[in-house]
Amino acid sequence: MTDRPIQYYAKHAAVVPRAIHGPFRRFKSALLWLSFAVYFLLPWLPWSRDDGIPQAVVFDIPGRRYMLFDLVIYPQDVFWLALFLFIAAVLLFFVTALVGRAFCGYFCFQTLWTDAFIWVEHWLQGERPHRLKLSRAPWTNGEKLLKVGATHLVWWLIAFWTALTFALYFGYAPELLREFFTGTAVMAAYITVAVLSVTTYLSAATLREHVCLYICPYGRFQSAMYDPETLTVHYDRARGEGAAGRIAAKQGLRAANDRRALGHGDCIDCKLCVQVCPTGIDIRDGMQLGCIACGLCIDACNTIMAKMHLAPGLVRYDAESNLQRAQPLPPRVDWRRLKVIGYGVALILMTAYLFYSITHRQTFEHSTQQIRQPLFVVLSDGRIRNLYQIRLTNLSGHAQRYQITVRGVPPASLDLGNFSVVEVRNGKSVIVQASVTLSPEMALLQPELWFDIRNPAGEVSSDPARFFTQH
Amino acid sequence: MAENTVQTTGHVWDEDLAELNNPLPNWWIYGLYVTVIFAIVYWIYYPSWPIGKDHLRGIGTVTYLNAEGQAETNGWNTRAKLLKEMQDANAAQKPYFDKIAAMSVAQVTQDPELNSFVLSAGKAMFAENCAACHQAGGQGKVGFYPNLADDDWKYGGSIDEIQATLTGGRRGYMPAFGEALEKPQIAAISQYVLSLSGHAVDKTLAAEGDKLFHSDTGACFYCHGDNAKGRKEFGAPNLTDKIWQWANVPAAADMKAKTAEVQKVITAGLNKGVMPAWEQRLNPGQIKLLSIYVHELGGGK
Repeated sequence: MTDRPIQYYAKHAAVVPRAIHGPFRRFKSALLWLSFAVYFLLPWLPWSRDDGIPQAVVFDIPGRRYMLFDLVIYPQDVFWLALFLFIAAVLLFFVTALVGRAFCGYFCFQTLWTDAFIWVEHWLQGERPHRLKLSRAPWTNGEKLLKVGATHLVWWLIAFWTALTFALYFGYAPELLREFFTGTAVMAAYITVAVLSVTTYLSAATLREHVCLYICPYGRFQSAMYDPETLTVHYDRARGEGAAGRIAAKQGLRAANDRRALGHGDCIDCKLCVQVCPTGIDIRDGMQLGCIACGLCIDACNTIMAKMHLAPGLVRYDAESNLQRAQPLPPRVDWRRLKVIGYGVALILMTAYLFYSITHRQTFEHSTQQIRQPLFVVLSDGRIRNLYQIRLTNLSGHAQRYQITVRGVPPASLDLGNFSVVEVRNGKSVIVQASVTLSPEMALLQPELWFDIRNPAGEVSSDPARFFTQH
Repeated sequence: MAENTVQTTGHVWDEDLAELNNPLPNWWIYGLYVTVIFAIVYWIYYPSWPIGKDHLRGIGTVTYLNAEGQAETNGWNTRAKLLKEMQDANAAQKPYFDKIAAMSVAQVTQDPELNSFVLSAGKAMFAENCAACHQAGGQGKVGFYPNLADDDWKYGGSIDEIQATLTGGRRGYMPAFGEALEKPQIAAISQYVLSLSGHAVDKTLAAEGDKLFHSDTGACFYCHGDNAKGRKEFGAPNLTDKIWQWANVPAAADMKAKTAEVQKVITAGLNKGVMPAWEQRLNPGQIKLLSIYVHELGGGK
C-alpha cells in the first residue's frame, strides 16, 4: 500500500466536538461543577488551630506538616501516604473492572479541564460548524480576532487561576495571594504558577485528546484490566448493522419496518456519535484506545434514535460477553467475579486499617536507643553507668510536658539532667540523655529496664532497654 | 470506511509480515528536537566534552566565600559547589549557634530544643575533630587518650574547665623518676599507690612508699596532692580511684603485673600526653558547644 509517500509523523486535525444534551452530559457536568467547586474553593476554607496555619487544607512544607481539617500529618506518617496511594490504585482497578474507564471519561483532570475549555470555546465561538469556519478563517478576520482571541484569553485566565489555586494549597491562601501580586512571594510560588499555567493551557487547549492517545499510560493497559463482563461503552453491532449493513435514512428507509425488511440495521450513519466525541473516534469501530468512555456518544445516538422513533441503546454501556449473545440480555453490573470481589475485599481491609491507624495515632512519638560507644563506663568509685538517648516528638497539636521515669532499677540510679520533666513544643523533637548508674554487683545481674514516658493526659509509653557491664 | 484503512510501512518480512503505520503527531518529533537543543544548551552551560587532556569548561559559574571572606567566582565545578553548600548550611545553623553564644551554659542545658541541638551538632563535630583520638563515644584508649565519658578529670570537669582544655590544649608531663629514685624506692611507692585504690598490697612496702610519697625525696605529693587525689593545676590525676589511663592496672592479670605497670610509669615518666589547642581550628561558638557536649557525655562535674 505505497500509493502515497510514507509519513511517520503527521499534523493531526483538531477535534471540534459538537455539544449534546442527555443524562451522561448532565452527569459529566454535575461532576465537573462539583470537582471545580472543591478544587477552587477548598484553599479558602478557614480552620481554627492551636498551632499552625488557620486553613482547613494546607500542605505546610516549611513547617513539615500537612493539615487536613483536624488531622495533622507529620513526616513520620508517610506510611499513610503509601497506603493511601495503594488504596487509590486498587480502587481504580476495582472500578475499571466493573464499569470500564469511568475515571477517564468522567473524573480525570485532563477530561475535566478539556471539557471546561470546550465549553468556553462553545460559549464564545458558537457550535461546531461555526467554530470550524472560524478556525479556517485568516486572523485578519475581525470576528475571528475578537471571538477566538477572547477564547484564548479566557483559557489563559482559567489556566492561570488553576495554577495559582494549586500554589494556594501550600500556604495561607489570603496571605500568599497578596504576596504573589505584590511581588513578595517565594520564588517557588512564581515558578510553580508559571509552569502549571503553561502546562494547563497546553494540555486543555492544544494537546487535548493527544494526552489520552499518546501520553497517558492508563488507556494503554485498559485491556489488561477489562473482563468480558466489564461494562463499557459499546456499539451494538448486530442491531446497528443488521445483515445488509448500516444505511442512511434516505427516502424509503426512514421507518423501522422498511429498514428491517431490507435487512439493514438501526444505524443511519448520521455520524453524530463521531461529532460529539472529544477524542474524535468512531465508537462503531469497536472498543479502542481512544474511547475514554465519557458517554456523550450514548446521548447523541439516543437523541437521534428518539427522533427516528427507534428504541434507545444502540450505543450503550454493556458487556462484551453480553453483546456476543444471540439475544443480548439487559445490561447489568456483574460484580460476581473473583477479581472484583478480591479487589473489593482488599479495599475494605486496607481502608479499615488506614482508618484505624489514623484514629489510633499516639499524640507523641518516642524511641530509646542505647549509646553503644561506649557500651558502659566505669566510674571513679567503681560503679557502672549506661547511657541512653530518648527521642520524643510531640504530635499533639499544642505544647506538651512529658515526665520520664524508669522501672526495673532503683529510681535513684536514673539521671536525666534537667529533663526529668521536659516541655516540648508542638511538632518538635527533642533528645533527652538518660544515664543509669548501678553498683558493680547490681550491674552484673544485667537487669532489664523500662523508660516510662507520661504526658499530662495520662498516656504512658514504655521503651525497654538493657544494661551492660564488664565481665 | 476506506479512509480509515491503516497504511503499512511498505516493508514485508517472511512473505506476509507487514508493519502498520499510525503516524505520530508532529509535536512528538518536535519534542525530540527540543530535547536535542536542551542537551546542547546544557553542554554549553556546564563542563562537558573532553578535549585532549582538558575539557570544555562551560559558561556557568559558582560563587562562594573564600578564606578571606570575600565572594569569589569560579567556573562551575563541584568542589566550589560543595564549598558554597557548606557555607549555606553553616548560615542555616548560625541562629542556633548565636543563641548558644548569647546564653549561659546553665540556660542552654535547661532548654530542651537547644540542648538537643548541642547533642546533634556536637555528635557531628566530635566525630570529625575528637573521635580520632578519643574514639567515637569519647571512651578513649588506655595508654593513649583519656576517657571523656567517665567522671575522672585531670584538668577539671566543669564546662568552663573543659572549655579551657579545648581552647588552649594540654601538655601532660610526669618526670622520669627512674633517674632520681632507686628501684626499691619505686617498688615501695608503687605498692603504696596501689593500696590507695583498694588493692591488697605488701603492708610494709606500702608504709615505706607512703613515707617516700610524702617526702621531699619522692615528692609525689607536690603534684598529686597530699591526699593523692590529684591537682587540676598540674593535670596530675587522682591516684585513689578506679580509673587508670596510663598504667593499665584494671587489665593486668595479677598483683605482680599491676605493680609492674605502675612501676613503668614512675620509672619512665610520661611525656606523650598532648591535647591540641583547638582555638585555631574551631571558633569560640563551636568550642562552647563541644564543651557542653563533652560534659553531657555523662561524666561532667
